[in-house]
Amino acid sequence: MSDYVSGYPEYMQASLRNVEATRAGRVGKKFTPMTAEERQRVLEEYHPDWKMDQKRKLRVGPSKGELMPHEVADILEAHCKIKPDQIDLSKIDYDVDVLIIGAGGAGLSAALLATENGIAPEDILIVQKLRLGDANSKMSQGGIQAADHPNDSPTIHYLDIIGGGHYYNKPELVEAMVKDGPDVIKWHEELGVLYDKLEDGTMQLASGGGTSRRRMHSCKDYTGLEITRVLVDEVINKEIGYVEFTSAVEFIMDDKGQVAGAVLYDMDSDEYKVARAKSTILATGGFGRLHIQNYETTNHYGATGDGIVMAYRAGANLIHLDSTQFHPTGSAYPEQIVGQLCTEKLRGRGAQPVNADGELFVYPLETRDVEASALIRECYGRDRGITTPTGMKGVWLDTPLIDIINGEGTIEREFAAMYRNYNKFGIDIRKEPMLVFPTLHYQNGGVEINVKCETSVPGLYAAGEICGGVHGKNRLMGNSQLDLYVFGRRAGKAAAERAKTAKTGKLNLDHLDRYEKWLKEGGVETERKSPMLLPEYRGEKTLEHQLKLL
Amino acid sequence: MMENNAEYVTIYVMGKKHEVPGDLTIMKAMEYAGHQFTRGAGCRGGFCGACATIYRKKGSYKLEGALACQKIVEDGMYIAQIPFSPAEKTTYSLDELRPDANTMLEYYPELSRCLACNTCTKACPQDIMVMDYVQASLRGDVTQAAKLSFDCLNCGLCAVRCPAEIVPYNVGTLARRLYAKYIDGPSQHVLDRVKEVEEGKYDEEVTKLMKVSKEELSKLYNSREIDLR
Repeated sequence: MSDYVSGYPEYMQASLRNVEATRAGRVGKKFTPMTAEERQRVLEEYHPDWKMDQKRKLRVGPSKGELMPHEVADILEAHCKIKPDQIDLSKIDYDVDVLIIGAGGAGLSAALLATENGIAPEDILIVQKLRLGDANSKMSQGGIQAADHPNDSPTIHYLDIIGGGHYYNKPELVEAMVKDGPDVIKWHEELGVLYDKLEDGTMQLASGGGTSRRRMHSCKDYTGLEITRVLVDEVINKEIGYVEFTSAVEFIMDDKGQVAGAVLYDMDSDEYKVARAKSTILATGGFGRLHIQNYETTNHYGATGDGIVMAYRAGANLIHLDSTQFHPTGSAYPEQIVGQLCTEKLRGRGAQPVNADGELFVYPLETRDVEASALIRECYGRDRGITTPTGMKGVWLDTPLIDIINGEGTIEREFAAMYRNYNKFGIDIRKEPMLVFPTLHYQNGGVEINVKCETSVPGLYAAGEICGGVHGKNRLMGNSQLDLYVFGRRAGKAAAERAKTAKTGKLNLDHLDRYEKWLKEGGVETERKSPMLLPEYRGEKTLEHQLKLL
Repeated sequence: MMENNAEYVTIYVMGKKHEVPGDLTIMKAMEYAGHQFTRGAGCRGGFCGACATIYRKKGSYKLEGALACQKIVEDGMYIAQIPFSPAEKTTYSLDELRPDANTMLEYYPELSRCLACNTCTKACPQDIMVMDYVQASLRGDVTQAAKLSFDCLNCGLCAVRCPAEIVPYNVGTLARRLYAKYIDGPSQHVLDRVKEVEEGKYDEEVTKLMKVSKEELSKLYNSREIDLR
């Protein structure tokens, strides 16, 4: 301890001493969870979703009138990047049975199940905007839920999910989740995913916010990384077709009203390409990089909500887009990693949220929306947060408790990523707490699907974060990882079955003209174009002086 | 987006000079200087390995490696990204393999070329003992190789530096998959539960929950037993 130099600035030291002074007294301290009424109140007063001036009613298309964040309405109330007459649909660059857009957990699982269900690997094409596997799936740290412990059951898991989602979830999708859950874990083990186990060979299970059992399976705090890299390895082993640094920008329809592929954009050469497919699976993930309400985000570079735009233009139903998940604990300091995820597993293993005075102010494992609201209240309602050098506020997440409670070495062993990433910026989380504030984490709503992952448009399937309805209006930790594989596998199977008999008709992009008409009818006047594909982070000065030569 | 009072430093992005705030990561500094990434950026949080970067500081002989999203710029840094490393990945059917001493060498025979020079370990931005797991693989110690390589992000920096032309990260992946499947093995309680679900043990209970009113469901949820033993 003596050689350690605090990773925090001098002016925070007094507050850090408060945290240290109360630490021993907080070990094993029970903080009473909120009542249902208290939860509702803190949500209404402090959760970003309840700020009605931050949302508007959509003015375009079949979901006209639906409330959603301005940033999401902005990408829907936008012109198409391409015009139908710019694309020669008679020149087919890729002709496949199953087209999969997105190569995170859902897309990769879908590809593997499509081959298992009789589609030849060369008749599958995965298109991916970044590299194979570079997706939010890979960034998941804390774990994956599945009710496989003897004291747990799919029924209990069902109740946790639907209560956590405030009863907005589609029951049949929740049923699919809880019943497929154990089989997903079995599948992973068969593929060689290395889960954390106890001495006796049973799974090491942790709890998460809103779970009534310990149900979180983990691979240290690299859970998503471990699962994703195994799936990527297997996709390559199976020689499934894929192309990286290629975005889908619009779906292609045919004269039977089916989705029949997509217009792709090669990010290296700026060329458009045409992919024709009998079944198309949308697995593009979420929209964290839209920075809803200017929040920082945990999401990867490509999470720009492209799939919502494409699906909506093709006529798919969207649901629950009014609801967004803010993870309670994003990094608030140091500046270099602001917004990045501090896994919920930290709280699952004993870390507590503590204010500037060193007081525990909330039950550490409320559901994410409630926990996040309580942190915002502590900073902005009660003014008991700590202000960072850049003017942001945060509270402490007291991580040294983890080793005190579970034994020395636990942090290094179970939180290798957190420990390493903070160390790089001079903070040893075994010795000092993390400074945290809620961060934009997950797109709760999205494209509506049924249990076969069919959308309302024939030929179009969807799986993963792009979908709405699975988690209702609040997702529990570890259920997005499960969602990816439950619905990715279902989508792969269903898309393969359809591709065996489906025939594509004459290709067209008429729906883009229809969309432009909808924009006009809705009175949308804008220069905006979508999908966004990548966010813009270049320096303002650079952009001011940039000449648009092309 | 960012308020910045930090002192400026000079960096050279592929040789071109830029003055950037000294507290930015390499990734943010490159963006500050006008680069828009397509390749060379991924999760931006130290979890994907897409932003593998090499650099040399002015006056230093040392070529160093880092993840651009995890490394703060330093004055006089010459920076180049390696967004892709050409690497051999053998294909295999895991079901037909065994975690024997020979398997690793059979699929990655170049392991025997390892000079034990430790360059891979020095190149690793995750501080993994890369050479140790390469050597473990060479010995056929799949368990050790799996455990030592676990924190790997497949960024590729070890592979581009290895004088023996080994691709350590692909070796690690094979070791981990073998270990997880055949040595660590499946958990019996998972298999038992899968069987119960298949036999329909929970059908009635779950169907009942699917049918009750929201009020009833909310009552059940708020009074559910919490058992976090």
